[in-house]
Parts: sequence; C-alpha cells; structure tokens
Amino acid sequence: MNRKLICIICPRGCQLTVSGEKDNLTVTGHACKRGQVYAIDECTHPVRTITSIVRVSNREDCMVSVKTATPVPKEAIPQVMAAIRGMTVQAPVKTGDILAENIFGSRIVATKDID
Amino acid sequence: MIKHDIVIVGGGPAGMAAAVAAYDRGVTDVVIIDREDTPGGILRQCIHNGFGLHKLGQELTGPEYATVYAVKVAERGIKVYTGTTVLSVTQDRIVTATGREGIVQIQAGAVVLTMGCRERSRGALNTPGTRPAGVFSAGTAQKLINIDGYMPGKKAVILGSGDIGLIMARRMTLEGAKVEAVCEIMPYSGGLTRNIVQCLEDYDIPLYLGTTVVEIHGKKRLEGVTIAQVDENRREIPDTRRYIECDTLLLSVGLVPENELTIAAGISMDRVTGGAIVDENCHTEISGIFARGNVLHVHDLVDYVSDEAERAGCGAADYVKNGVQAGEYIPVKAVGGVRYVIPQHINRNATGEISLFMRVAQPSGKARITARQGETILATATKLKTAPGEMEKLIIRPGLLGTGEITVEIEQL
Repeated sequence: MNRKLICIICPRGCQLTVSGEKDNLTVTGHACKRGQVYAIDECTHPVRTITSIVRVSNREDCMVSVKTATPVPKEAIPQVMAAIRGMTVQAPVKTGDILAENIFGSRIVATKDID
Repeated sequence: MIKHDIVIVGGGPAGMAAAVAAYDRGVTDVVIIDREDTPGGILRQCIHNGFGLHKLGQELTGPEYATVYAVKVAERGIKVYTGTTVLSVTQDRIVTATGREGIVQIQAGAVVLTMGCRERSRGALNTPGTRPAGVFSAGTAQKLINIDGYMPGKKAVILGSGDIGLIMARRMTLEGAKVEAVCEIMPYSGGLTRNIVQCLEDYDIPLYLGTTVVEIHGKKRLEGVTIAQVDENRREIPDTRRYIECDTLLLSVGLVPENELTIAAGISMDRVTGGAIVDENCHTEISGIFARGNVLHVHDLVDYVSDEAERAGCGAADYVKNGVQAGEYIPVKAVGGVRYVIPQHINRNATGEISLFMRVAQPSGKARITARQGETILATATKLKTAPGEMEKLIIRPGLLGTGEITVEIEQL
C-alpha cells in the first residue's frame, strides 16, 4: 500500500503517507501521535464522529444537539443517522446525557442543555 | 445611570473569554450584554465537532465549547443581560441598550466590543437572475436545521467553499438532501483542508474551483442555477455555462465583522480587516474601548478567538485599574504577500510577549514569515505551506522592541 491522506484530527491538516502491508503499516508526515493513529485507522477501519439533532417532544420547536460519544465506522454513517432521526427526547436534558446505547459500538449523547 | 467597570458587547466566545479574563485579572464588576436569549453566539448552531483541541485540549462540539465558557462566566457570578441589544456606544463609554426592562444606559469604565461577524449576502454578490425563495446564507440554513429543526430544501448547490459552506454540505447530506456541487470562484478553497476531506470527499460531493453561479432561476421557489468557469480575473469564460437543477442555493461567500456600533462611535477602522485599528492590548484609538474576536478580524478557529479575547479582557482590566498606558506608538505594516497584521500598532513601552496575527494574500508552498524593525528581526517562522484561509501568528519576545516602523512579510523558500 502507498496511500496519501490529509489528517482530519486537527486544523493543521498534515499530509500523511501510509505505506507497507496491512499488518505492518508505516506512517510518515504526521506531526503528532494522533495523526499516526488516524492514518492507520483510516487505512484499516475508517471511523467518524457523527453530530446531529434530536427533537425535544415536550418543548415547542425545540431540538437538542447530539453526537456519537466515540467515533463510529464510516460505512455505518447512514444507519447511525437513521437511528438518530428516529429518536425523540424529553426535556430536561443535560450536556453529556446518554440518549441511546449500542449504536454501532457507541452511544448517542446530548451536547447541549435543554431546561 | 447604572455604572459598571467593564461592559462587554456580545456574549459569544470572544465576549465570554474576555469577561472571564478581566474578572480573573481583578476587575470583578464585569457585565456581558447579548441580544440572544442564551449566550454562546454562533457556537450554539455549530453542532459539529472539532472545537477546543488547541485551547481546551479536548475535541468538543460548538454547543459544548460554549457551555465550557458559560460555566466559567456563571461560576464567577458575571451578569449576562440576555435578550438585550446594544444600540450605541459613545466615546465617553456610555452604553445604551434595549431589553426586557426597556432602554438602559450604562456608564462603563471600559468597553470590550465582541460583536462577532455576519455573512455576506446575495446582495453583495450581484448575481443576476430572479429572486425566488430557496436562496439562503449557509449560516441561516445551519440555524434552520440545527436550532429550529427545519430542512431548507432537498437538492442544493453551495456557492463558496469557506468552512461554513463545507460543513453545511455535509450537514445537508446527512439529513437526506442531495448536494449537487460546491462552487468556488477562487482557484483554491477558502476552507480548512480537513473540512474538504471530511465534509466533501467522505460524501462524494464535487468541488468545482474557479467556478461561480452566474444566474439564479425560478419564480416562487428556486428551480436551478447556471454555473460557469471564471478566468484569473474572475470573469466568466464563454461556453462554460452549465445548468444545475436545485431547490436550494446556500451562500458561503465570506464573513464581515459586524462593526456598526464601532463605526458609529467614531473609532478608526482598518479597511482590509473590516475591524477597528488596535494596539497589542486590543485597545482601539478611543480611550477605554477595546475590540477582539471576529469583530476585529475573522478567525478560522474559535480556539484562537478565545485566546486573543483574553488579551482584550486583561487590557480592559488594566485600563480600569491603571488608566491609559503612556508611550508612543510604533506602526506595524503588512508588506510583500501579507494581507494584514493585527495589531496595527504597538506601544513602544509594551512589556511581555507580543503576538502578531496575519493572513497571507495567496496560497504558497514552503515560506518564511518575518517581522522586522529596520535591520532587526523581531520574529520569524517557517511554514511548510500557507493559505489565505489559515491565520498565521508570530510572537515577539520581550526586550526586542526598538524604534521605527515594523514590517511583516512573507518570502517563498
């Protein structure tokens, strides 16, 4: 493998090169360890944090912003979004509240307070 | 008239960081005035992640980042007047605002202007065509989806590849819309590279560089747009027109610092940044009035807004405690490939580190940015690549400052 990537971990946007075989990948061009982890993940099992919103059913015209607590497999994004779209929550909601469990190995958590 | 030591105009990330810094510097009579019902500014609708890595050492969404600062403000007992709009700020620091209790006037010891910026609109582009529904600024669409829970359309074209445009391309796609294209008039994107990757490439959304929208079609609702390629002078190239059917056009065509209050107060402005002229403490040319955040110059990262706004909070606190700093001002000039530098002048008696913030005019490969005063090199940094979309910073170490104009320039390596 010889793949060029742009790191998405931080705004610096390092240009990474991944070479070698599947079990023995070498990364160059990264400025930090997180970039190295990202490059190997991206070439073996790419993951993304998904953010969206969920309707608050007991408040008028009110949405709470949510995210996956940990990144989920990139290929599962459509299913994760479908799961989020099917949810509603009841206020009050606090930042960090778990709104759904077992979503492709992660959880959906609130990222905003709704009183 | 009510009196407060420091009045902060705008409760977004800059205002909250300035308030906290001023308080921690020993001036505890600080109030924030914000026109929305909840402080946090634009972060409240930026529900995506990627905030706080630099400043807070963790990756947060916009609302989470705002909450971190809202908690700091609340812990210190700093009063936030929400739902209150500042109508005017005078040179003798009388702040007039209208809110739930009617019109109030506050005599401030110091004022910090942190009103942020707003989006350029269709009117600023003069795009020909009809005026149907379905043309939104990217930020308006972001508010509709993320705060109000309404989808603005099903099939979209995005004009402008700044970060908000890229983020909204992904957001619209995730919510089930089809984003046909992102068009960028310049030959390069104005957004962060990582947003091109994670917002466009992840979802196979095409980015057309050197391309713009030349006509808007539709009577009641948008029916489509005509796009065309442009030459190096941003003029349409004949025979490159292409029609794209869509019901939504999002404009992400630049941000303008929101300086109506600043200009009405008679504060000297920088024509390039669209913000006030300030010194190293974010002090404008009017005694006791400070400015920072996106109202001073538009930033790519909120982390830098918070960082810099702390400077303004400290500057305002020092002003309240000690009055104006004596000393002559040394001008700072952007030359040769650097578009602007903040601050525009530095007090000769400034102590401590001085940070210079700048943007380059053109993208380039390896380059060196240098701040000089005559023959003396005050600060220099080598960059593997530079782009107008990415702010650069130089730090002048204490004790280096001499006399005469400071210039900041970029050389290709």
